[in-house]
Amino acid sequence: MDITVNILLTIATAATPLLIAAIGELVVERSGVLNLGVEGMMIMGAVGGFGAGYLTGSPWIGLLAAIIVGALFSLLFAVMTLSLATNQVATGLSLTLLGLGLSGMIGTSFVGQPGVRLPNLDIPGISSIPVVGKLIFGQDPVFYISIALTAAVMWFLFRTRTGLTLRSIGDSHTSAHALGIKVIRYRYLAVIFGGACAGLAGGHLSLVYTPQWVENMSAGRGWIALALVVFASWRPWRVLAGAYIFGAVWIGQLHAQAFGIPVPSQFLSSLPYLATIVVLVLISRNKRLTMMNTPASLGQPFVPDR
Amino acid sequence: MSANHDRSNLLEVRGLTKIFGTLTACDHIDLNIAKGEIHALLGENGAGKSTLVKMLFGSLEPNSGEIFWDGKAVKITSPGVAKKLGIGMVFQHFSLFEALTAAENIALSLNDGSPISTIAAKARALSFSYGLPLDPDSLVGDLSVGERQRIEIIRCLLQTPQLIILDEPTSVLTPQEADKLFETLERLRSEGKSILYISHRLEEVKRICDRATVLRHGKVVGHCNPREETAASLARMMVGSEVKAVERAPAEGIETAPALLEIRGLTRKPATPFAIPLKNINLTVRAGEVIGIAGVAGNGQGEFFESVSGEVLQQDAGSVRIRGKDAGALSITGRRLMGAAFVPEERLGHGAAPRMKLSENLLLSRHATDGKAFVGSGGMVKNSAVYSAAQRIITAMDVRKSAPDPEAAALSGGNLQKFIVGRELDRKPSVMIVNQPTWGVDAGAAARIRQALIELARSGSAVLVISQDLDELFELSDAIAVMHNGELSAPLPIAEATFEKIGLLMGGAEPGHAEHSLEIA
Repeated sequence: MDITVNILLTIATAATPLLIAAIGELVVERSGVLNLGVEGMMIMGAVGGFGAGYLTGSPWIGLLAAIIVGALFSLLFAVMTLSLATNQVATGLSLTLLGLGLSGMIGTSFVGQPGVRLPNLDIPGISSIPVVGKLIFGQDPVFYISIALTAAVMWFLFRTRTGLTLRSIGDSHTSAHALGIKVIRYRYLAVIFGGACAGLAGGHLSLVYTPQWVENMSAGRGWIALALVVFASWRPWRVLAGAYIFGAVWIGQLHAQAFGIPVPSQFLSSLPYLATIVVLVLISRNKRLTMMNTPASLGQPFVPDR
Repeated sequence: MSANHDRSNLLEVRGLTKIFGTLTACDHIDLNIAKGEIHALLGENGAGKSTLVKMLFGSLEPNSGEIFWDGKAVKITSPGVAKKLGIGMVFQHFSLFEALTAAENIALSLNDGSPISTIAAKARALSFSYGLPLDPDSLVGDLSVGERQRIEIIRCLLQTPQLIILDEPTSVLTPQEADKLFETLERLRSEGKSILYISHRLEEVKRICDRATVLRHGKVVGHCNPREETAASLARMMVGSEVKAVERAPAEGIETAPALLEIRGLTRKPATPFAIPLKNINLTVRAGEVIGIAGVAGNGQGEFFESVSGEVLQQDAGSVRIRGKDAGALSITGRRLMGAAFVPEERLGHGAAPRMKLSENLLLSRHATDGKAFVGSGGMVKNSAVYSAAQRIITAMDVRKSAPDPEAAALSGGNLQKFIVGRELDRKPSVMIVNQPTWGVDAGAAARIRQALIELARSGSAVLVISQDLDELFELSDAIAVMHNGELSAPLPIAEATFEKIGLLMGGAEPGHAEHSLEIA
């Protein structure tokens, strides 16, 4: 029983950073902007979070710093692509490269240092209830943030007027502009929100998942988050499902490798990717629904002619 | 502000100028719109009409000039400001969001924070009171162009504007839908609202407009009362010279002429959720005749053209036959080699590669069919032969350009279209299929293209023209078929065809069920 609970807990820990980064990117892409710099913003969040936590001794200050660093780093992308109308793909890629390099440089003195870890939730008497207590009331704070964030983004996108406006910009920025909607302003806010989320996801890595600083510790999670958004056809609950499927198969194959199952380890390592793609492709078979949810102006620079 | 501004003018524009690079799109435009009038803004494509209204609606910023609203000087810096003043706009290229519902689209432009359901109810009530029924819950991507325009109009009316700008509103409507629109406009005028009506359709301007301002090359060239003018005199003001009428010699012996293009039971599933499926289309075009295909935009014409030209291959090779042979499974090049030529609707991207020179575009489309002329031994391109062929076409079609061999994207839409049509005509194809031959082309050049198509047919080729411009189809076709919702009617010989009959078919009426269809329209 304890083993099952522990496996479930590790799955949640593995899925949380993917979910947060992907939900942030989902909002960015719904506004019609393609930010391929998720990996870069994430690793910057990780180093910023670790650094602030290490220097102040407070993991909470670390987490806050991770969010701020991610948001500031995305601001760079926003200025380039939105104000200067640079190519979003190229700018996003360079943001990732810059983030990986810069974080390595900033983090040299943090390597090998003991970090601080965000404590798990502990409600006396409740968190100690077997199974349920640990799973529902005993996880790390970022886990709860990730679930709340997904619900909030769903509500925002599909239940509020501002969310409708954001989706309309993603569908056609020229039409939105013709109606007098401030396209650039909305996109700035969306990109910064996405950056803050990627930073938070990075902070989770260096303050919860493995509370230390290792160069390149994001290990491609930003790219997985990006892929999740597309395969989930830009719908929040599917991102949640995708993140957890990926997390589950990831943890599953680690255990399988540990048991020494006679299957090439390379194949096992590729399983999380395969399983996530297969499941998300299966649930997005409805072409019509997919078309409706795909932001039609994704990746196109917007320059109002004035 | 100052006393010399007449308060009976709702909008007064003085010396409005807009410069794009070296082009002066609007040059010191003066315009007065009185309260409770329908004011026409006339001019050819490229005369500066759209630029002017975009400045009035705040989407473009003028370089100089003044705007007075109700006697007060105003600066319209954004569409939001225009809306606050009381200016509403129905766009030519719809500014709707396909992936959202009608109600959501309307809500986006209202900005008053009331829930979608309230807005939907208001829109439904208003739309029925104006006789423009509308289902607020339907997805815009599923709607016909006429229905989309209703959404635009209702959306505009819900903002209770004093001035409504309509940019080429009838270009996408059936004649019956247009009648309905005119009734709505007359009702709005009787409610004291002003309307700025942009069109190049002179008959309808004569019918509903009280005054007209005519633009040419960005300048106001005249004001008039359209009711006192003839269509010909208005056209002369717009173009600046007489427009030569197209002549169509009667076609003879068509019934016995060989069928050069045959479409047999052409069926196609929709490629995207918003595309139109083609349903069992049959059509024969014989040597010597021009067949026109009418229809409201978005009824499957694009899908039909793709299937006939070979952009999309058919499963049944016999569904498209060129000169008596199955061509349905052949690519565009394969069909061209059989003697067919195609002019797609979209010029940049389909008809021509935007960043390539005209001569290169010529080579791209004709290297297979004219291999000997343009490509020498060992696959080397004969640049001088291609260049001189391009110059021959440029001269023949009177293509106006700024350099000897410019990039396709550097030409205006009309001039590029002349080149693309000329490029295909130059081959003397035995089957010519053209989608929207003169869209955006000025009147003189349009007449030239139409005349060339008729002459091609009379010299023994089969010509198929798809167009949304009924005047054009009546000018050049020997018979007109109508496409509606992916189905094609039987061609109606031109002697029997009337605007009304074709219009009913465009609205979806079966031949012989005309009275029923009036309710639909």
